[in-house]
Amino acid sequence: MKKMICFALAAVLALGVLAGCSNTAKPEQTKGTDPVSTNAPAKELAGNVATDGSTSMQKVINALGESFVGMNPNVNFTYNPTGSSGGIKAVSSGTCDIGLSSRALKDEEVNEGLVGTVLAYDGIAMIVNPENPVEDLDLETIAKIYTGEITNWSEIGGNDAEIVLIGREAGSGTRSGFEEIVGVVDACQYRQELTSTGDVITAVASNPNAIGYASLASVKDTVKALKVAGVAPTEETVKDGTYVIQRPFVLVTKEGVELSETAQAFFDYALSPDANEVLTAAGVVPAN
Amino acid sequence: MKKRKKLLETIVHGIFLIMGLITVGCVLLITVYLVISGIPAIRKIGLFDFLFGKVWASTAKEPKYGILPFILTSIYGTAGAILLGVPIGFLTAVYLAKIAPKRVRSTMAQAVSMLAGIPSVVYGLVGMMVLVPGIRIIFHIPDGASLLAAIIVLAIMILPSIIKMSITALEAVPKEYEEASLALGATPEETYFRVSVPAARSGIAAAVVMGVGRAIGEAMAVMMVAGGAANLPNSLFQSVCFLTTAVAKEMGYSSGLQQQALYSIALVLFLFIMLINAALNFFLKGEKGKD
Repeated sequence: MKKMICFALAAVLALGVLAGCSNTAKPEQTKGTDPVSTNAPAKELAGNVATDGSTSMQKVINALGESFVGMNPNVNFTYNPTGSSGGIKAVSSGTCDIGLSSRALKDEEVNEGLVGTVLAYDGIAMIVNPENPVEDLDLETIAKIYTGEITNWSEIGGNDAEIVLIGREAGSGTRSGFEEIVGVVDACQYRQELTSTGDVITAVASNPNAIGYASLASVKDTVKALKVAGVAPTEETVKDGTYVIQRPFVLVTKEGVELSETAQAFFDYALSPDANEVLTAAGVVPAN
Repeated sequence: MKKRKKLLETIVHGIFLIMGLITVGCVLLITVYLVISGIPAIRKIGLFDFLFGKVWASTAKEPKYGILPFILTSIYGTAGAILLGVPIGFLTAVYLAKIAPKRVRSTMAQAVSMLAGIPSVVYGLVGMMVLVPGIRIIFHIPDGASLLAAIIVLAIMILPSIIKMSITALEAVPKEYEEASLALGATPEETYFRVSVPAARSGIAAAVVMGVGRAIGEAMAVMMVAGGAANLPNSLFQSVCFLTTAVAKEMGYSSGLQQQALYSIALVLFLFIMLINAALNFFLKGEKGKD
């Protein structure tokens, strides 16, 4: 008899687990079709802000999220690092509120009804190992290096050693940003294709003959950022446009789909001058 | 009361059946999903061009989807890891199962278990920080991220499964075999290698096949040390990309035909693993049939 009670309890518990699953699944479904229905009281903001997209924007968006949640403690802010295309896809399929892209939207994406709003500008730094004597390259030389025309550092004033090209994987926002600006789209002879900015920095830091590119905001002391055509990559030079390797950080929304009150508040905050301090602290140059 | 017991029996039976079906359901779901999402790209690209195309340029203006570099890299990489890992793993297993004193044995077995428990990203990280620069300096090449680095990492990663399965197989050899051999005047070494090992051969073969399965399915660690450029693996020092890493690397950013092609790569990988599983079953059945 005891055993029977045990089994009955187990069965009930198992059913409970299953029921729990279906219960949690339901509100998500309704939320996807009708984002406005999560009505919050007018004064205090509550609810979710879901962002999704570019891994290059991680630092920036988390900083913005933290300060936003600091002002509105009842808000639940999430960021899902799926990459620029992932974020754009998430917006168009309605699985997040705001998409994050570290490249301008493509025509086909704009035609789908997506809207891009520039949040900030990010400089892409050319990085080499600190042991490398080369300090300054122009855009043309960088292009020649990445297409394999120049293969030895001695050709451009460095040591007699083969240049090791480190880059990002196909589809990365940093890679497409870099290749478009430098004019080497699909022509790069990468030795290594790594999947994150951190990996690129680590690889360059551990190889004296390597050159790579990374978000200016992520560059650390372990590598040396090169000047491009005599201009060092700093916030000022990115802002005034003299440093040429730079790209926009874009907030992506869908035309005709109204953001929830909370998400709209976050969107407005991110683009307001109030957020500039946070953006600057995160290493990018605010657009507004 | 008897009726009640029978009812209970049926209910319990049902619960167990449902639990079992969940597992089977997962496998079926994954298989069906992979086939459905993997076929369209292969159709669009063409099976021959897909499997034997030498160029992978998924985001180029005129994209090319040839996965021969990935297939060859996966095969070479796995073969290399087996060549390097099996002798070490096999001899370790013989030592631990037959020769080692009890205390050494328990310490070493624990170390092997710990090796199995290290997350693959840690293997990758250590490989990236130590192995890759090491290869660059030792072989005087521009960059150490290469097929060789991946092979070494994989060889270490497959050691635990090879060692553990081989030990189990060696321990299952009936004591009488070894005693008979020793009684006939064979030395202990002769006994281990001429009697115990042949008697355990199907189990050891299964261990090797399992190592192959582990090596071919590993993504994270090789992604960090192999370089990742889609080159044909013409030399040990080339930057290469495995089937697994090709999928893992590009999936996050992919769209359209590129994404479908990644599913197709996953399907190819899945078929490889199925083949390996079939081989594993074959060896394990051989062992059962023998007893």
